[in-house]
Amino acid sequence: METVPADGLIAASWLLIALPLAGAAVLLLGGRRTDRWGHLLGTGTVVAAFVLGLLCTLQLGGRRVDVDLFTFVSTGSLDVQAGLLFDPLSAVFVLLITGVGALIHVYSIGYMAHDPRRRRFFAYLNLFVAAMLLLVLGDNFVALYVGWEGVGLASYLLIAFWHERPSAATAAKKAFIMNRVGDVGLALAIFLMFAQLGTVSYDGVFGAVGTLAGGTVTAIGLLLLLGACGKSGQFPLQAWLPDAMEGPTPVSALIHAATMVTAGVYLIARCAPIYDETPTARAVVLAVGAITLMIGAIAGCAQDDIKKVLAYSTVSQIGYMFLAVGLGPVGYVAGLAHLLTHGFFKAGLFLGAGSVMHAMGDSVDMRRFGGLASRMKVTFVTFGLGYLALIGFPFLSGFYTKDAIIEAAFDRGDGWGYLLGGVAILAAGLTAFYMTRLMLMTFFGRPRWEPGVHPHESPTVMTAPMVLLAVGSVLAGFLLVVAFPLESWLTPVFGEPEEAEHVVAPLVVSVLVTVVMALGVLTAWLFVGRREVPVTAPVRVSPVTRAARRALYADAVNESLFMRPGQWLTRALVFVDNRGVDGAVNGLAATLGGSSSRLGRTQTGFVRSYALSMLGGAVVVAGALLAVTAG
Amino acid sequence: MTTFPWLLTMIAVPAVGAAAVAALPRGRESLARQLALGVSLLVLLLAVLATIAFDAGGERFQLTTSVSWIPDFGVDFALGVDGIALVMLLLIGVLVPVVVVASWREEATGRRSMRAFWAWLLLLESMMVGVFAATDVFLFYVFFEAMLVPMYFLIGSFGGPRRQYAAVKFFLYSLVGGLVMLAAVIGLYVVSANELGEGTFAFDALRQIEIDPGVQKLLFLGFFVAFAIKAPLVPFHTWLPDSGAEAPIGGAVLLVGVLDKVGTFGFIRYCLPLFPDASRDLAPYVLVLAVAGVLYAALLAMGQSDMKRLVSYTSIAHFGFIALGIFAFTTEATTGAVLYMVNHGIATGLLFLVVGMLIARGGSRLVGDYGGVAAQAPLLAGVFLIAGLASLALPGTNSFVSEFLVLIGSFPTRPVATVLATVGIVLAALYVLLVYQRTMHGPARGVLLEPAPETTAPATGGGGATAATATLEAPAAAPARLRVRDLSRRELAVAAPMVALIIALGVYPQPLIALIEPAVAATMSDVGADPAGVSPEAPVEGTD
Repeated sequence: METVPADGLIAASWLLIALPLAGAAVLLLGGRRTDRWGHLLGTGTVVAAFVLGLLCTLQLGGRRVDVDLFTFVSTGSLDVQAGLLFDPLSAVFVLLITGVGALIHVYSIGYMAHDPRRRRFFAYLNLFVAAMLLLVLGDNFVALYVGWEGVGLASYLLIAFWHERPSAATAAKKAFIMNRVGDVGLALAIFLMFAQLGTVSYDGVFGAVGTLAGGTVTAIGLLLLLGACGKSGQFPLQAWLPDAMEGPTPVSALIHAATMVTAGVYLIARCAPIYDETPTARAVVLAVGAITLMIGAIAGCAQDDIKKVLAYSTVSQIGYMFLAVGLGPVGYVAGLAHLLTHGFFKAGLFLGAGSVMHAMGDSVDMRRFGGLASRMKVTFVTFGLGYLALIGFPFLSGFYTKDAIIEAAFDRGDGWGYLLGGVAILAAGLTAFYMTRLMLMTFFGRPRWEPGVHPHESPTVMTAPMVLLAVGSVLAGFLLVVAFPLESWLTPVFGEPEEAEHVVAPLVVSVLVTVVMALGVLTAWLFVGRREVPVTAPVRVSPVTRAARRALYADAVNESLFMRPGQWLTRALVFVDNRGVDGAVNGLAATLGGSSSRLGRTQTGFVRSYALSMLGGAVVVAGALLAVTAG
Repeated sequence: MTTFPWLLTMIAVPAVGAAAVAALPRGRESLARQLALGVSLLVLLLAVLATIAFDAGGERFQLTTSVSWIPDFGVDFALGVDGIALVMLLLIGVLVPVVVVASWREEATGRRSMRAFWAWLLLLESMMVGVFAATDVFLFYVFFEAMLVPMYFLIGSFGGPRRQYAAVKFFLYSLVGGLVMLAAVIGLYVVSANELGEGTFAFDALRQIEIDPGVQKLLFLGFFVAFAIKAPLVPFHTWLPDSGAEAPIGGAVLLVGVLDKVGTFGFIRYCLPLFPDASRDLAPYVLVLAVAGVLYAALLAMGQSDMKRLVSYTSIAHFGFIALGIFAFTTEATTGAVLYMVNHGIATGLLFLVVGMLIARGGSRLVGDYGGVAAQAPLLAGVFLIAGLASLALPGTNSFVSEFLVLIGSFPTRPVATVLATVGIVLAALYVLLVYQRTMHGPARGVLLEPAPETTAPATGGGGATAATATLEAPAAAPARLRVRDLSRRELAVAAPMVALIIALGVYPQPLIALIEPAVAATMSDVGADPAGVSPEAPVEGTD
């Protein structure tokens, strides 16, 4: 599709990024003077960005608008323009980021009210929103990369927000490092594009990708996937995301559930023209999605920390999205629709979890919750709606968007299609299990509260965003799939949808998924709901449970494969450098100087001997050279 | 305007300033530093004005001045700058005043006087300007060696406990390098005498000579060894951690920020254009050293317990990136390498400065002697983080642009080396975030702990002999607090311009790139590469 130059409000769409960025700058540079109104400014910039984003989207129609800003870097044949691309795909993300972002900013006013560093919290959140908008609005891979690492920085700062806690500081570092491993892939993909095509702009790369050799395209696709895995917490780079829950809960909701971690899905959808050329890389995307959605679902079943359950759920749900976009054209829209509905219900679930934690003295241990339904009615109802949306309760959001992915998997028609569809249905059952377990342990049963805890409902500034997100969780699926199909909005990006030939009738899939979901709920009730929940986790458990608790040993593998050998290598090299390299040179110098002790004392007459030896050496070498050139 | 001898003035002003400071009577220490600040700001102003007078699209060497110096040997006192040298002069102009303010409260030990410190500093500035501005190879050599003297005294007289050892080691290494280079300089003169009938040291004349490949290799090695020690490349690097650790903070900033860049500057200015065949033949070996440096020094940085040594090792890793960019022979990579030289001076300069501010508070250089500083000194921690992020080349900071250019420009010609070096960006994140977490995050602990009122005071070893003693948990009753002041106004005045440059050059680097690129393109022609840059491998249909 033709790209048209920017006009009207869209020409000012750079303000989308500039507003929250300016907010962050004012709050960080303004210091304590901005303490009193900092949170209001921080929220205001994001609300303003949402309004602007909405107006731009209304003006957009089905066009693809390019906004030229300035020359970022131009040298040799490399030309990187700072420019934005406002098209139906980026518009969807702009609305998600600023919409959910604005709600979470409002919620944070209440959640962080008693934190002495609230102003800085809003500054970092604003910084995140700006970087995330750059990520989805950039019109070239370098702008994407800048935003990509920018959100990584914001994520680091916010995970480490309570940095006095060593666990928070370590989690932040771990997140950044594992993201950087992915970033290496993204960077190398960009280098490869430049070496092969001489350009890094979307238009240039996507226009010419068809001329590349198959192996090269596959390499680019796999490198991009590595980047996507890092950012989205997908196998094998999934281990950082659950640890990231050390950050304040609004951060978990916005960054580690609704927006940043879905950037990998955006990347693969945006690079559809590349993946369309490489079935191999696309198959790997599928595999990564399928593996991750199972890992996340299994690990989610055995966690006692309410935020960890939600985090593994996020890992798993993004696995669904990867599975969808890995299916190719039939899956792009399904994956993105699930991304949007997931943004609503998972953000809502996290805010609900934050509300519970607020009531329970910042505890996250579900074994010490219980019976909260009657104490926190708004939280219970909104969280419950999010829960139903997530497990795919009929006619709520997840029902529409998750089923669409499972249908698309079956529609492949081959054995792989059945396998992937089966895995996805199985994981849907596990999802129902772990989420019902969470509901039962938190809101039902006998209270198992720590002494001194007096649960109470959260203030309106917190519950209002929860209510709005709950409404979204209920309606978004219907709106995006039935009422105003996302498919037709995105047609300018992905082309006319093919009329799918259903291998398994959609109704059969829906019934099957619903039955499996019901089984999951029932199992959870049998195991958790009927019995008394012990306040400490049972020690004597099956190996399966033990593996699930430790998330299938991802951390253990990383530690024994990378961390410990790395530490040994570092120690060995320090020894070698001090004793070996330096020692050899010092020894040489000492030999030349006569004795090693003279090294420290050769001060007097130093310059004179220096000059002499210089002269002597020069004469020798000059003589040798004369001999060479003369002879 | 154009006839004004900008470069000569920029050499003379700090030299005269140095003499004036040295001549001040005893006891006028505060006048000495005010004078030093004034002079260094004047040089900055001159550098900015010279940049305005410079025409980026014009002749390669501009603002030239030439006076016959030793006519018998054809030595001229010839000065001139291309875009590459000019940006280095700008870097010097910025760094020296910052260093002066950062060293404002330094105190001399023993019978040394701070007047000497300021005088050596200004003399060093004069020599540094000279080394980049010289267009006569012999003159370059003179400045190259003369530059050692003030730095030697800055380390040896005003440095840390092992300053003598470090200073002598610094001098010995430089001596070896300088010796070999002198031989090559003389060799070059002999070659020019054979070729032209009359010997010359003029860079532009030497550039035109076709040198026999075998001789080229010898001469290349002569220059290369000197520059590789100066830069330093692994395995010529072991002097730098000692010098960087023992030098006073201001000296360390100028050492890694500017002096070491003479090495990489030398690669571009002398090795490539004068010995193009040798450069191409030997490039694979240099690239091995470069990539080894990126990875090896990064791993070593992680293993350091002394913060100043740590920063020194990060610099060695960065010099690996610069060398990669230079010896990849593409306009994009080499432009990136030059930009890297400037950006590294600012980013690592700030990192050294902020580490110095921390050391000034705790009296220990050891990482393990600090912890939890961010909670009580957020500004200090913030500046530390920004310097660290610039060091790991985060987008939005200046270093990202240069590192990205080096890598994307090197990939087409040297894919294997580039892929290995790109792994270095993970290691960079590790060494920065590890030291940041250990010193700034976590609970309050270490030498800055407030003495606990009841229990025995924590054993704070001023010099901090072992890192192991520092894991002091506070008594459970009262949460431990640090006795630490956040940045003072003076320290903010040091950090603010550096932070501003880091971000400004990270967002809008193109003016600097436009200044650098013509000189790089000329160098690429000299070495036989396409000055227009990389041409894509795959056929591209008309994309616009």
